[in-house]
Amino acid sequence: MLDYGSGNVRSAVRALEKVGSELSGTRLEGDLQVELTADRDAAVAADGLVVPGVGAFAACMAGLNALDTQGILAERLAAGRPVLGICVGMQVLFEAGIEHGVETAGLGLLPGRVELLHAPVIPHIGWNTVSPPADSALFAGVGAGTRFYFVHSYAVHAQVGDRQSTAYAATLAEHGESFVAAAESPLLSATQFHPEKSGNAGQLLLGNWLRSLAPTEGVAPAAQLGPVKQGES
Amino acid sequence: MPAYGKMGFMPVAVRVIPCLDVDAGRVVKGVNFTGLRDAGDPVELARRYDEEGADELTFLDITASSSGRETTYDIVRRTAEQVFIPLTVGGGVRSVADVDALLRAGADKVGVNTAAIARPELLSDIAERFGRQVLVLSVDARRVPEGSAATESGFEVTTHGGRRGTGIDAVDWARRGAELGAGEILLNSMDADGTRDGFDLPLIRLVRANVGVPVIASGGAGKAADFAPAVEAGADAVLAASVFHFRTLTVGEVKRDLAAHGVTVR
Repeated sequence: MLDYGSGNVRSAVRALEKVGSELSGTRLEGDLQVELTADRDAAVAADGLVVPGVGAFAACMAGLNALDTQGILAERLAAGRPVLGICVGMQVLFEAGIEHGVETAGLGLLPGRVELLHAPVIPHIGWNTVSPPADSALFAGVGAGTRFYFVHSYAVHAQVGDRQSTAYAATLAEHGESFVAAAESPLLSATQFHPEKSGNAGQLLLGNWLRSLAPTEGVAPAAQLGPVKQGES
Repeated sequence: MPAYGKMGFMPVAVRVIPCLDVDAGRVVKGVNFTGLRDAGDPVELARRYDEEGADELTFLDITASSSGRETTYDIVRRTAEQVFIPLTVGGGVRSVADVDALLRAGADKVGVNTAAIARPELLSDIAERFGRQVLVLSVDARRVPEGSAATESGFEVTTHGGRRGTGIDAVDWARRGAELGAGEILLNSMDADGTRDGFDLPLIRLVRANVGVPVIASGGAGKAADFAPAVEAGADAVLAASVFHFRTLTVGEVKRDLAAHGVTVR
């Protein structure tokens, strides 16, 4: 987990450790270590890298730029190593963020801009449903109607046709308007919600991602997971 | 409720939030869970509420001593490592440094109350440093008593657990607090608190009409049927302490009643 001063990441570390301790049937079984690190080499070499993030887009980008996160991620992606962005850690993967009228360049790995959500009540705080693509690896085994915990005011607004975007597969959610709740490309995964704060549903999703770091030959990740019942999270 | 769902999505679920009063690391008020090893342990109670379906937890730290505050950080730390739902901690938060310490311990949100009345700029300082999503402004409101100077809304902010009026308009304070950087308003009705006669619906309606951030309604819950009217009045979340403490109600019972009234719950 990349440590660039983005506030409380204890829960995320602990949730990954818990899910990791329950992994079975992968090379990571019984051997998953979760480390908070600001070390460039460690961040490049890890099997998986989580980019957390809370607070302002610009403040997060300043912290990320100080660690040359752009370079770290470029090396990881070139080497075929997965990355998971959470909340503002997802937002910074896009081209730009606009907060209080000020545009800040993002890491530019995904197309799109992060803008204020238009809804009667902002921030969007609470448990909401999401609509993942049918073949999503991140949401494999997550039942319809499952809710995840969101807390944010900004998001990438969903455009008609986003689902067909070749850059990433979008999972949509709605608060006042439709927005991108999760993005998946072969190596980049990202969630606007907080899986580490989303109870069992969040742990299922983190487990899916951890499994993708060490796939088992011939077994699809989804096949190793029990389904989540409707409404359970 | 605002109109959502043009794509067939359900709206964000109304949150049911149990509140635990913590004094020097122990939950106070009577707690009567069966099967708990230690009924006063906040971590164990937090886990129990999580299992019952709580959407979020709030710790209200009523510890007076500074050594007790250290114990609170430890409790927050242990809870955040074991319970994977959002945790808000309030009570005695006076500075940016207090917020920093609580967030580092593992709190997701921090409640600020009295200190912001004296120094409203505390709200903007916290929001600038950590983002408004961590900041809950707790407003202890009551109807202005006869003989005191009237406020425009008829409600005033109180301190000292509702015993002292400030003459500050409670609805205006909530609106200003949100402008200054509060991401949520925890609205405590001191008139309804302890009555178990239901939430203060006129107060909730007034604040909802004047504030664009989520409103958490608190004070007055006595039975499951009390919660749906608070949501209809505009609350985005409902918080209660004693009905959950004394096992008058479970979180599940509250959610079932809300759902029966057409309220979206998790």
